[in-house]
Amino acid sequence: MDWGQIFTFTAESAFGTQAMYFAIAAIGLNIHFGYTGLLNFGHAGFMTCGAYGLAIPLAGGEIWGFEWGQQAMWKGVLIGLIAAGIFGLLLGIPTLRLRADYLAIVTIASAEILRIVVRATSLRGLTGGSNGINGFTTSFQNARPSFLDDGFLGYSSRQSWVLMLGWIFVLFAVGFTYLLIHSPWGRVVKAVREDEDAARALGKNAYSVKMQSLVLGGLFGAIGGMFFVLAQGSVQPTPQDFGTPKTFFIWVAVILGGTARLWGPVIGSIMFSGLLAFTDTSLREAVRADYIPDSILDGVQVGQMRFILLGLGLMLLMVFRPQGIFGDKRELALDAR
Amino acid sequence: MTRLLTTTTTVRALASVAVLFFVLLGLVPAASAQAEEGVNINANFIDETTDERTPATGTVLVLLDADGAEVASTEIGDDGRAFLAAPGPGTYIVQLDEGTLPEGVRLRNEGANELEITLQAGQIRGGIFALEQGEGSGGGGSRFLSDLVSLSFSGLKFGLIIAMCSIGLSLIFGTTGLTNFAHGELVTVGALTTLFFNQSMHLVLAAIIGVAVTAAFGLMNERTIWRPLRDRGTGLIAMLVISIGLSILVRYVLLYLAGGNRRAYNDFGNQSPIDFGPLTFVQRDIFIMVIALISLVLVAFAVTYTRTGKAMRAVADNVDLAESSGIDVQRVIQTVWIGGAGLAGLGGVLFGLDQTSKWDMGFELLLLMFAAVTLGGLGTAYGPLIGSVLVGLLVNLSTITFPEWFPGIGGTGLPTELKNIGALFVLVGILLIRPQGILGRADRIG
Repeated sequence: MDWGQIFTFTAESAFGTQAMYFAIAAIGLNIHFGYTGLLNFGHAGFMTCGAYGLAIPLAGGEIWGFEWGQQAMWKGVLIGLIAAGIFGLLLGIPTLRLRADYLAIVTIASAEILRIVVRATSLRGLTGGSNGINGFTTSFQNARPSFLDDGFLGYSSRQSWVLMLGWIFVLFAVGFTYLLIHSPWGRVVKAVREDEDAARALGKNAYSVKMQSLVLGGLFGAIGGMFFVLAQGSVQPTPQDFGTPKTFFIWVAVILGGTARLWGPVIGSIMFSGLLAFTDTSLREAVRADYIPDSILDGVQVGQMRFILLGLGLMLLMVFRPQGIFGDKRELALDAR
Repeated sequence: MTRLLTTTTTVRALASVAVLFFVLLGLVPAASAQAEEGVNINANFIDETTDERTPATGTVLVLLDADGAEVASTEIGDDGRAFLAAPGPGTYIVQLDEGTLPEGVRLRNEGANELEITLQAGQIRGGIFALEQGEGSGGGGSRFLSDLVSLSFSGLKFGLIIAMCSIGLSLIFGTTGLTNFAHGELVTVGALTTLFFNQSMHLVLAAIIGVAVTAAFGLMNERTIWRPLRDRGTGLIAMLVISIGLSILVRYVLLYLAGGNRRAYNDFGNQSPIDFGPLTFVQRDIFIMVIALISLVLVAFAVTYTRTGKAMRAVADNVDLAESSGIDVQRVIQTVWIGGAGLAGLGGVLFGLDQTSKWDMGFELLLLMFAAVTLGGLGTAYGPLIGSVLVGLLVNLSTITFPEWFPGIGGTGLPTELKNIGALFVLVGILLIRPQGILGRADRIG
């Protein structure tokens, strides 16, 4: 067991790309769930919108006789955001007037369907089918400032460019959320979470406010998805990348850090990414050093452990500490409806 | 379609159904344990002039391994069958060379010239290429109708399977208010436990054990997780999130235990196709539908007429009222869990028999189950039955190739890989039009 390597890797992951895009997506989910009380179980769907919306224009392609070359970055970002906004509207229209768990069912289903659609062979020209899209980050990496050419703190030059922008965006997003939640709109959103009927009685349009929150948080989810694929350098429609587990990784990050807390999603993402990396590497090291025989756990199965940990973690958190580590029980939206 | 109505066909069809049931009654012989692996392919078509089943003799079949390399090839013999020997266990693709089909014969489903088949050690499995005689120009209408019949058949079968899986989901919601996202895992537990026991015993015995294990697993869920949480006063939304955690946990534990491959049962895999007018099916299709129908009728009967069934509906209707009229609510909930989980497990076995079993099969079905239950009415006992059959039919029929004369979309159809999208449209559509579902009550939707 090489403890030095385990701790280095844990620390690297805690502030690495995964923690960064988790944090951005988690800020969006915190607007949904923490502040508005919306049960969005399709956050991976918003991330898919962002990721593919960015990658498709950037990579260039051809489908149904329509051809486009490699586009500028801002067009990709814009298309990704618009796609996520439309996705949010489509999810919200049928569900936001109904009981909370209908939104849960529809979001989880839509996100999974969206992943199946982008994976479809018939859309290969657009989304690359099951191969996904590669090589769309060239223009982004070409814009990298030269002082990052040697990397930073052990991260490679490519990684540190994404990381720098990502963490700056996290700071921006936290500031934005602060202003938002302390605005009149923020107070209405919280009122809807606490008691929708009361908010309506005061003349607030609860449906419209919930819809705005769903779309807004979804935009952060989409940006999280963009940073994710920029860091990864490819888009792949695998369950690990855009499936339901991804949604719940972000849920755990939000709950762990504390729902309806400004810094909760960021701290939760850092802690959770670190924790995942720690268990992952220490298990791998233990398997390699033969502390755990191959018959119990082999190299492939170590990768499955993080999902078992995810499920168990989500259950235990919800049972024993639903407000998270830094959360405030009074701000808990769990039984608003 | 006049062909269907001729008396000779009808008599012959009735006779074949009768034969079929005798075969089923005699409990179809178990597949012999040969030491080699291989695939038995059937390729027949109905001759338009003589109306008889004719072998597609001389058609070339190629067996490809997972990397696409050719490992065997053969031709369809005079009996309409061919055997392809595989070099060992693994996943293979059987490819039919369309150029070598007899004159005027084509694949019933255009482009379906490949079959993916997973073989375990010593396993021989069967595969069918559905063929038909082309009718030259303007024959699309007849093809549309035969597609309609066969897709409705598979849709009905699929719907019955979904119905078995989703009754528990609806009744658990009705009695406890829990939206159980871990319900799909009950389906997987049933299918995979059966798969495990099927290694050493016949599928029928293995399925009985599998269903019992699933029912016990459901009871364990209720006793160790949900009842304690209810007693603590944990909120419904918190329980919903916990059920998602449980779903992920169980799913990946199953992946850890069973591996990630698709696998088929050892029995009933290799069956000869039966032609029934425009339909081609195998014995196990009937087997699956009969078992599903019998269990569903029994459940409907039990829910309607037995004491426990009445108590169940009373609790689903109004817990407080039921409790104050002397019904032991905890007991009823427990029964719902055992019964619902057992049914889901049996549904999983039937689904695994129809297709294959895999660690996340239940989760893939969950979306369809939710669509079915919402369509029928969340919390009701009979709603899932109606909803499931409708969803099953819709999902399968959505892949139909429209006839050429159809305005706009003639000659095209939804790719099979996208067929589950239909379920999402049902879900969203019903929420927009009638959110309480066909049989639900409006006060439930909040």
